[in-house]
Amino acid sequence: MKRIGAGILIAAFAISGHTDTGERRVSSVPHPVVRIEKGEACVAPAAEMRRDHMNMLLHQRDRTVRSGLRESRSSLKNCIDCHASRETGSVLGKDGFCSSCHSYASVSIDCFECHTPLRQTRTAGSPR
Amino acid sequence: MNPDRRQFMAWGAAAGVGLALAPGIRLVELALARSPQEAASVLQRWGLLIDITKCADCDACVTACNEENGLTGHGRPETDAQWIRKVTLRDRQTGYAQTLPLMCQHCEDPPCVDVCPTGASFRRDDGIVLVDKHTCIGCRYCVLACPYGARSFVHETTTGQKADVPRGKGTVESCTLCVHRVDRDETPACVEACNREGGKAMAFGDLNDASSEIHRRLHTERSSQIRPDLALGTGVRYQGL
Repeated sequence: MKRIGAGILIAAFAISGHTDTGERRVSSVPHPVVRIEKGEACVAPAAEMRRDHMNMLLHQRDRTVRSGLRESRSSLKNCIDCHASRETGSVLGKDGFCSSCHSYASVSIDCFECHTPLRQTRTAGSPR
Repeated sequence: MNPDRRQFMAWGAAAGVGLALAPGIRLVELALARSPQEAASVLQRWGLLIDITKCADCDACVTACNEENGLTGHGRPETDAQWIRKVTLRDRQTGYAQTLPLMCQHCEDPPCVDVCPTGASFRRDDGIVLVDKHTCIGCRYCVLACPYGARSFVHETTTGQKADVPRGKGTVESCTLCVHRVDRDETPACVEACNREGGKAMAFGDLNDASSEIHRRLHTERSSQIRPDLALGTGVRYQGL
């Protein structure tokens, strides 16, 4: 009985893992453009980032503004430095890393009302 | 002796050594740069000392502030953001005029924090008074409450912000004492510019650090705050007022 239970659990995890990484996406449905510009891996696995990036940023912003903690792990500046487009140097725009998903999901982003969406460090092949 | 007891004895010995040292001499220097993983501490109190007898007839501090914080105006001085401004004081009887830079005075008891309905206006542990623009609703109570007129409201959509200085329409802002530079162990842009191009009138430092130049000067030289009658305990002090 225990074995069957474990088997079901493993199967459930396997399925959820697949859907999260997008391997079993239906090809007839349009998907947002997610172009990874730099680096091998993000600060957390992709599935976790997709679910929790807003919480990570929310937590970090209070730590930075209120306590002066400027850890780079979940800082917005750090996100932008990796994810800004090579062509435009920005995370916004038509296929921008942030804007393409957010417009797909119809979720507005307030970050860039105040924060700059532009990368600050130069990378090879970027215009800035 | 068990390990816990030994550990306790070690702490006791360390505390004893710390107490035995004269004030102002520390085993670990407080002035060391804070690491990014370390929160702002109540042990520090950042402040400025401005000698207005040396304040030259220039606006190097204002220009440097605008440049550092990405404050671009729209050619409308009535509403454009102003974090630091040059004020001229004139004696009505004699006509003697003095000029001084005026910015957020980083009060010990800031009226802007008292009146803020959302808690967006706050005083950081190390004495820097800031606006958390994430929670600011733009009511502008703090603009009215500040006796120094140090706060500005952003009336228009902003573009081209600096990465370290986010600013946006509908929020209030003021001098941050260049908090992003202070966290990197640098001095504010206005102080740097004044010492480079101006009259070397501004000094920045930790008012609590007995080994700092600003602490020594405040203890040995005469200085005052603007509107001392309000007893706000300003972190910005003036000489020659």
